[in-house]
Amino acid sequence: MTTLAANLRDRTAVAAWTREHGVYLALVLLIVYNAIATPNFVTVDTVQLLFSQVPPVIIVSLGMALVIGTGGVDLSVGSIMAIASAVLAKFVVGGTPIGVAMLAAVAAGLLVGVFNGLVVAFARVQPIVATLGVLVAGRGIALVITGGALVELFVPFFKTIRLGKFLGIPYVMIVAALLAVAVAFLVRRTAFGYRLLAIGGNRRASVLAGLPVRRTLVVVYAISGTLAAVAGVIATARLRASDPSYIGLLMELSAITAVVVGGTSLNGGRVRILGTVTGAILLQLLESTLVSHNAPDSVARMVEAVIIIAAVYVQRPSRSSR
Amino acid sequence: MSTPVTSSPILKVTSASKRFAGVRALEDVSIELHAGSVHALVGENGAGKSTLIKLITGVYHLDSGSVQLRGEDVAFDSPRSAQRAGIATIYQEVHLAPQLSVARNFFLGREPTRLGSLDLKRMNREAGEALKRYGIAADVKRPLGELGLGIQQMVAIARAVESDAGVVIMDEPTSSLEPREVDLLLELVAQLKAKDVAIVYVSHKLDEVFRACDTITVLRDGKLVSTGPTKELTRRQLISRMLGRDAAELEKDGRTKLAGHKSTIEGEPLLRAEHLNRRLILEDVSVVVRPGEVVGLAGLLGSGRSETAKAIFGALPLDSGEIEVGGKALTHQTPASRIRERVAMLPEDRKAEGIIPDMSIRDNIGLAALPQLTKAGLVSRKRVDDIVRTFMTRLRIKAAGPNQKVSELSGGNQQKVLLARLLCLNPRVLLLDEPTRGIDVGAKAEVQALVAELAEKGMAVVLISSELEEVVEGSDAVVVLRDGAQLGRLVGDDISEDKIMDLIADAASERIEAEK
Repeated sequence: MTTLAANLRDRTAVAAWTREHGVYLALVLLIVYNAIATPNFVTVDTVQLLFSQVPPVIIVSLGMALVIGTGGVDLSVGSIMAIASAVLAKFVVGGTPIGVAMLAAVAAGLLVGVFNGLVVAFARVQPIVATLGVLVAGRGIALVITGGALVELFVPFFKTIRLGKFLGIPYVMIVAALLAVAVAFLVRRTAFGYRLLAIGGNRRASVLAGLPVRRTLVVVYAISGTLAAVAGVIATARLRASDPSYIGLLMELSAITAVVVGGTSLNGGRVRILGTVTGAILLQLLESTLVSHNAPDSVARMVEAVIIIAAVYVQRPSRSSR
Repeated sequence: MSTPVTSSPILKVTSASKRFAGVRALEDVSIELHAGSVHALVGENGAGKSTLIKLITGVYHLDSGSVQLRGEDVAFDSPRSAQRAGIATIYQEVHLAPQLSVARNFFLGREPTRLGSLDLKRMNREAGEALKRYGIAADVKRPLGELGLGIQQMVAIARAVESDAGVVIMDEPTSSLEPREVDLLLELVAQLKAKDVAIVYVSHKLDEVFRACDTITVLRDGKLVSTGPTKELTRRQLISRMLGRDAAELEKDGRTKLAGHKSTIEGEPLLRAEHLNRRLILEDVSVVVRPGEVVGLAGLLGSGRSETAKAIFGALPLDSGEIEVGGKALTHQTPASRIRERVAMLPEDRKAEGIIPDMSIRDNIGLAALPQLTKAGLVSRKRVDDIVRTFMTRLRIKAAGPNQKVSELSGGNQQKVLLARLLCLNPRVLLLDEPTRGIDVGAKAEVQALVAELAEKGMAVVLISSELEEVVEGSDAVVVLRDGAQLGRLVGDDISEDKIMDLIADAASERIEAEK
């Protein structure tokens, strides 16, 4: 009896450790594997390539982590990227200076995020349903904005976004890192972050403690929308074109995976920013590993699916704490 | 009305015991259910009613004891197998498919088929006939969800009986029904009786229990207090057994210490909540509290105690009523606006409405006071730490440290964390709903002393407890509630367990008289 109890306690301890640190272990293992099995892996080029590819995923995942922290989910991030890209193209083609066009694109994301938040907080529609609506409708809106076609964009500044480096680190990675620090600060140090975690942890108790639950939710979805739009701008710059039917496709899946793999609970109440960033890097590295070993894209998707199921399995509430 | 019980029981529970994580939920409880008889199961929160039901229906498994169905030992491994054996349970919320038609629900799981497809015609016809037989007027083709809750419940009951259930368990079937619907439901219960069904009727509405039940079993703290024919029990006896005070025991104790009561408290009321009304929940309830006064709310489970506190706190929307704090009328019905007026509430359900389990003690304490602890959106760590340290010492919260997760604490310490959350708001009005429920004796005494001390300092306190003794000893005035209505207000020397129980019992018999 006692050994069984001890055994059970051990198992919950192992589960807790895996939940918190599994993502770091997985990343280390993947790097070690690549160092051995992939030719020319341990090079500066590898790191630079990774750091130029991963920022959009990181940025979207940061917003997703906040939403999931409240116990919700934002399925609309991919479509918001497409909308931001379309808005950017519209303004650039219309002759607006690139800076203003980028701001407009980000503002569009903010707007859609606020809409999500209002529907979730005030109409009390379940987050998964509310944002699913925008997932479907958003890409349509983006296509309408661009007229349904791919719009090639010749903007000198895009080259800076694509190739610019500071001390060998791509600008976009620096932006992603700064945003990660900002979001981590938001979660840990501000009253807003505090409220967000309380709402995710126990919404009813938060209402009774007098927290502005609805306002907080609107802001959370607004942040997620804004960050998705930033990622949309970066993706557009990389592509040198706005392609609403391609940009941000399935991004919601990657972001949710990165967040959950990183130790943020799908039930809400816990947010792990460093884990989320690591999760995003892990996914990107995994994809490039599969590509370098000539695995087709479909296999990569399947591996991603296995990872998300495993992560959710580790995250599931233990029997005893029910 | 009552049937002489001579036959052998359909269902017999012998010495049932059940513990959860070492805590006793049910101990050595035995009951017998007979065909054609209605058996009431009554008791306050935590008495073990639902544990007993869940043991019978296979949701939980017995630690020890046995269940016999028609003389044979049974051990159901799931609610489904209990159902198959003819034990039907009707819960407060109807567990059927609201989108499907009444007829489809009526036949759910045993649909008649014709050539492999559903025989809808036959379903509609037979369901219609059956419901008519029970006096239920409902269009069988309409989705169940469009009907009133009462009708839905009756469809569920009729369905259970038609599927040859020998035992029907009803868990507070009337808690959300209109009086007219209650009458219909009790008629249906009488019909089931006539069909020789054994019925378990769980309710805290004593009128219904006395009207419809042949046998009454009282549970308290997981133990059997008494079981016997309804006609041998007075309302007064029943109430005292539910509340844990036997008449003899009470006499022996005499009048409890009255030293604490201040019969005259001067000053303008700090809290004035008057004529609170909410359909089916509260009926013209008024609570007035002066600074330094503790007003207790007494009544049985479901009497509207918690609802009154929630209404005052803005957490339960009112149809009408006036709430004034410090002479200022409060119109906004939200907890946030009450907290701004320095009204604080300790919720009844610590787990569901109080703690944020994943957060630390520190973060749980600081939660409600966030606006005061924040400057330009940034939480001042130092100020939070100061407050947390102060209250952890003052309330003697036993923990590894302020960063320990609150869910790891004992019930008593969790309660103290919640009290600290309220007290750092520096409240003028304190609403305490069951502040000592589920906490150990030591913590209980500390919390009671704290309540007295806070009142001493000039707070207006509303105290709710299902332990009469606690209300009597801790309050300067007691408002007695029953079925959401106010029965009376006792002040000073008039406050005693006796008087409170008299009030509740009298009201119950008056209502019965009126119905006759």
